[in-house]
Amino acid sequence: MFKRAAAALAAGAMAVVLSACSSGGAANDGAAGGGSDKITIGFSQVGAESGWRTANTKSVQDAAKKAGVTLKFSDAQQKQENQIKAIRSFIQQKVDIIAFSPVVESGWDTVLKEAKAAKIPVILTDRAVDSQDESLYVSFLGSDFVEEGKRAADWLVKEYQGKADPVNIVQLEGTTGSAPANDRKSGFADVIKGDPKFKVLASQTGDFTRAKGKEVMQAFLKSQPKIDVLYAHNDDMALGAIQAIEEAGKQPGKDIKIISIDGVKDAFTAMSQGKINVVVECNPLLGDQLMELAKKVKKGESVERRIKTEEGVFTQDQAAAALPSRQY
Amino acid sequence: MTKHRLFWPAAVLAALLLANVAFTPDFFAVRIKDGHLYGSLIDILHFGAPLILVALGMTLVIATGGIDLSVGSTVAIAGALACLHISESADPGGLGTVLTAAGLALLVALVLGSVNGFLVSRVGVQPIIATLILMVAGRGVAQLVTDGQIITVTSGPFQLIGGGYWLTVPFAVVLAAAMVLLTALLTRSTALGMLLESVGGNPVASRLVGIRAQRLIALVYVFSAVCAAVAGLMISSNVSAADGNNAGLWIELDAILAVVIGGTSLAGGRFSLGGTVLGALVIQTLATTIYTIGVPPETTLVFKAVVVIAVCLVQSPKFRAKLSHRRRSGARRGSRSESAAPANLEVGR
Repeated sequence: MFKRAAAALAAGAMAVVLSACSSGGAANDGAAGGGSDKITIGFSQVGAESGWRTANTKSVQDAAKKAGVTLKFSDAQQKQENQIKAIRSFIQQKVDIIAFSPVVESGWDTVLKEAKAAKIPVILTDRAVDSQDESLYVSFLGSDFVEEGKRAADWLVKEYQGKADPVNIVQLEGTTGSAPANDRKSGFADVIKGDPKFKVLASQTGDFTRAKGKEVMQAFLKSQPKIDVLYAHNDDMALGAIQAIEEAGKQPGKDIKIISIDGVKDAFTAMSQGKINVVVECNPLLGDQLMELAKKVKKGESVERRIKTEEGVFTQDQAAAALPSRQY
Repeated sequence: MTKHRLFWPAAVLAALLLANVAFTPDFFAVRIKDGHLYGSLIDILHFGAPLILVALGMTLVIATGGIDLSVGSTVAIAGALACLHISESADPGGLGTVLTAAGLALLVALVLGSVNGFLVSRVGVQPIIATLILMVAGRGVAQLVTDGQIITVTSGPFQLIGGGYWLTVPFAVVLAAAMVLLTALLTRSTALGMLLESVGGNPVASRLVGIRAQRLIALVYVFSAVCAAVAGLMISSNVSAADGNNAGLWIELDAILAVVIGGTSLAGGRFSLGGTVLGALVIQTLATTIYTIGVPPETTLVFKAVVVIAVCLVQSPKFRAKLSHRRRSGARRGSRSESAAPANLEVGR
């Protein structure tokens, strides 16, 4: 164990030395190349965890091809050490820009400092890192989960405008402690707390999965005599809950209104059948925005530190029209 | 009555169920809705069915002194393969397609179980290590099968396995009950159960008296994998989708817990199928309780831990003896021999 740790340390130290040497070389290359605007991006993806993530990968790859950017793609298979290795190899290969979706929030300082020392700008996509040193990355491009929660609540407020009756809400939360679950919950709560008629009767985690969503919803249906609205933190839990609602002899979308977040294809199918009322999009298709951002960074233009992806809110009447164009 | 080995698991289950009534007065109400039974109790049985199956296989493995960590991965692989086959076939709603899919899942389970069994019984790898290999690798295989996606299927016959009803009863419950009964018959009406316990108690002595320990050990791992595969079919069928990442995640730990709550010793050499079923129901009831009484998600795990610790303590004869000893010695100081006697009795049970 100790031996391995020591070996890893040594390897890390070597990588630092190597990158320090090669950064000198990079400067020379740049001078020799003289204003070539061909960009190379090293992109480290979390891994193939869901349809959402696959769509995210495909979007980045397609956008790179379209923009004429050389993309070095690496799949971390949900492991931080793989991502750190990938970033180190990007540094050695002297890419122009490193972009990555961090698997977890913390533990990035060392490797990002190496990138900074090699003068390679870093862009975060989709997920943020938790670091004291803000100079370690130039920009964070991704969804605003709090905003998504607020949009979900906005729809609800509009739907029940002018009605005085209390609205009983149950909530299916994402994985406890994850950023999307925390933020989608607080964004939603911020908006509805302005009106006392909205009551969240029960709120439990469904772990972002269909099976858990169904199980928890079944228990809700039995323990809560009157449920008007279901707010699910992602589509999969909503899809599981729909089955539970149907088994209880109620009509999803009518007897219980359903608000969901993400916008995967299955959810659009359910929405076009009237089973989901509204889906707040969480857009994985950030490839084009990433390429644009990379070009600006390469030219040395200043960019915003926080860039939000373009996202919409879809209701039932839009669902059928949008369904064929959903890529994930 | 408290001497019966199933008394304490049953008491805990009853206590948990009664606790729910305080929060939901009609908790025990079961009525017919849309031609099938509907109620919280039915839910507990329905969602508990996969866990009962996995725990059933785990019980026999633990009886031989082993452990099977790979069941969660087997659950995921079985569900993924079945859903993949159905989604790619021309006739997803056909009975033939679904039977082939189920057969495929069971066949793969046979192979996976044989690998575990081979590693443990022939190669002599420690069970925890041998099955750890498949636990880790298996999830990768499941993701490979599903291509990292969630495969959604629409198939009537497939949906029956985990989400459908047969004569108003959830089919999954019928299936689980049938497997438990069959296993009980096989192990308790024949010498098989005794042989398993003997192998678990002392493999060397068992071999010396002529029991083919290696074959028996390999067999229980195959059985465990098959149980897990059926559970995997149930889980994926219940939501009509296969999720390589999350299906059956950590179910191996719940299954081990169910076995332990049921009074089967992790050291092997003794097992109780009835106890395992009770244990699995305790775990599922606990989950339902958390949802109904509204324990906040941040404290769910603490709540679970407290209940599990309490369950394990109340089951331990030594702990109970100590408690009663303390109570009695408080009342009648100095009568050590009297209070020590029942403690001995219980330990030697």
